[in-house]
Amino acid sequence: MGRPARKRHPEERVGELSDASTQIEATSPGAVVQEFEDHGELTVEVRADRILEAARALKSGPSQFTLLSGVTCADFPDEPGRFRLAYHLRSVQTGGRVRLRAWAGGLDPQIDSVTSVWPGADWQEREVFDQFGVRFHGHPDLCRILNPLDWDGHPLRRDYPIGGEEVQFTDAV
Amino acid sequence: MSTTDPLSAFPLAMEGREAVEGATREGRSLSPTERAIAAVEAYTPAEAAERTLRNEMLADSRPGSRQPLIINMGPNHPSTHGVLRVIVELDGEVVREVVPVIGYLHTGIEKQCENKTWWQAITCVTRMDYLAPFANIHSYVLAVEKLLDMEIPARAEWIRVLLSELNRLASHLVFLGTSGLEMGAMSIFFYCYRERDEVLDMFEMVSGERMNHRYFQVGGCAQDIPEGFLERLTRFLKEMPGRIDEYEALLTNNPIWIDRMKGIGVIPAEQLLGLGVTGPTLRAAGIPLDLRKSEPYSGYEHFQFDVPTEIAGDCYARYLVRVREMRESVKIMQQVIDGLPEGPVIADDRKVVLPPREELAYSMEALIHHFKLVTEGFKVPAGEAYATIESPRGEMGCYVVSDGGPKPYRVHMRDPSFVNLQALRPLAKGGYLADLIAVIASLDPVMGGVDR
Repeated sequence: MGRPARKRHPEERVGELSDASTQIEATSPGAVVQEFEDHGELTVEVRADRILEAARALKSGPSQFTLLSGVTCADFPDEPGRFRLAYHLRSVQTGGRVRLRAWAGGLDPQIDSVTSVWPGADWQEREVFDQFGVRFHGHPDLCRILNPLDWDGHPLRRDYPIGGEEVQFTDAV
Repeated sequence: MSTTDPLSAFPLAMEGREAVEGATREGRSLSPTERAIAAVEAYTPAEAAERTLRNEMLADSRPGSRQPLIINMGPNHPSTHGVLRVIVELDGEVVREVVPVIGYLHTGIEKQCENKTWWQAITCVTRMDYLAPFANIHSYVLAVEKLLDMEIPARAEWIRVLLSELNRLASHLVFLGTSGLEMGAMSIFFYCYRERDEVLDMFEMVSGERMNHRYFQVGGCAQDIPEGFLERLTRFLKEMPGRIDEYEALLTNNPIWIDRMKGIGVIPAEQLLGLGVTGPTLRAAGIPLDLRKSEPYSGYEHFQFDVPTEIAGDCYARYLVRVREMRESVKIMQQVIDGLPEGPVIADDRKVVLPPREELAYSMEALIHHFKLVTEGFKVPAGEAYATIESPRGEMGCYVVSDGGPKPYRVHMRDPSFVNLQALRPLAKGGYLADLIAVIASLDPVMGGVDR
């Protein structure tokens, strides 16, 4: 997706990594897949199985990303990882922002819940579960939130039709 | 006609059954929220009667019996700020557990946006938080402009600030009026709505609509503010501080108001931050976090204003913060009127912005641009952007992903009402049932924004 302005890989230029990636790499080496800056926004992509470690490192590290602004997801059916999660973090102390990204996988999308790090992820992860069908391990209350509880399918997936509900008397010509 | 009980054709509430069926289909056990819904809802009238009897027996008033009573509030309870549903476990008058159930106003706006052009999607996002429509569009257009790397004319930015602050004022007036109503103070509601109506009239003057304006466009504003608007606004702003004094005279030292609000709904500021709470609720707990100051957008750095904070973190502090924010908004709007720059109100980028109407009469090129923009829409370079603004309720964020086409690939709105409402459970737990109403009122959730 997109043409990142500056792309850096951790193996190549360790010294030039952003503070956020350095913080993650310090406690969880090899977790960062790539990082880049685009439109003035820093994005750090981590391996899905290391998301919880990365979250802990970012919250407790020197940059102190104490506020989880949002958790959301986008569906890319043609990518192997398919569901790309985006965690928008904000540091109240320094005012910095970072976007943490991870791919949840196409066949059986799942990832660790970050509710133990930021309790505010609760409803937002439920929303991603409801709309995309990504399961969050360790979530205390994983169920649908916006759609009816017995809803079939996950509406924000790209292959979910926008057709809507059948209108009454559709067949009565 | 069947001979069975006609009522049995209409199961009282279906959501308990839906919870069980949904969880079974997805192959998981019931989550705490689903269990609460299943516990409070009956499948059939007969079962409902049985449950009522059982609940009454469980909750008998013998001293020491201490059996909880589970009651259902909403979704259409008049005191729950719209279609919010809360399942409450009571021990006498004390709230032991609160389970908010939302989604009754879910309209799939984010999905709809994916099937509209970037330009049309503005109409959809406006309708989410219906008390702060300008905040919704503002974050959306900022995100799209970020992807397009657009320069916005100064006058357009100042008008955006002006209308955003006017919107903040209107939204806080609704908060004040309705929470007064919920606390049993009738007259404050009429005073607040009198002023809000004046604001809505002014919105209509600018955009043609009282609500759901699509006045902010990608690149600026749809048109310049009309003649006579600034004079009317100046008159209104001259009156407004006196009006706010009037509200304060009614409430700030009112013993009933203080009794209902002071010391109610307090949790530590760190916990609020962990829950993602922003806006007046967080500032009332002593954290001076305001995006207009910390990450100025649309030229907020040009204006002098204070960020009101309180340290108590209770419902009363939230009320005080909002009232003082109304005064600050008046100050900002005054500064906008005094220094509003001249010039265009929308960027001159023919690939994104519609050409001026009169040019269509003589310019073939303008006509082609107009036709292309209306039929196909403009294309946005591939990438992703997250733009945040300070809405009346907190951090309003818009996350857009583009695949380079004329339609958004993904639009996600981080609505402050949705995230802030999570704090309801810790804030209301352990208090009285009547305080639950005060807490909901002080969080000021707008269900259109919560459910989107």
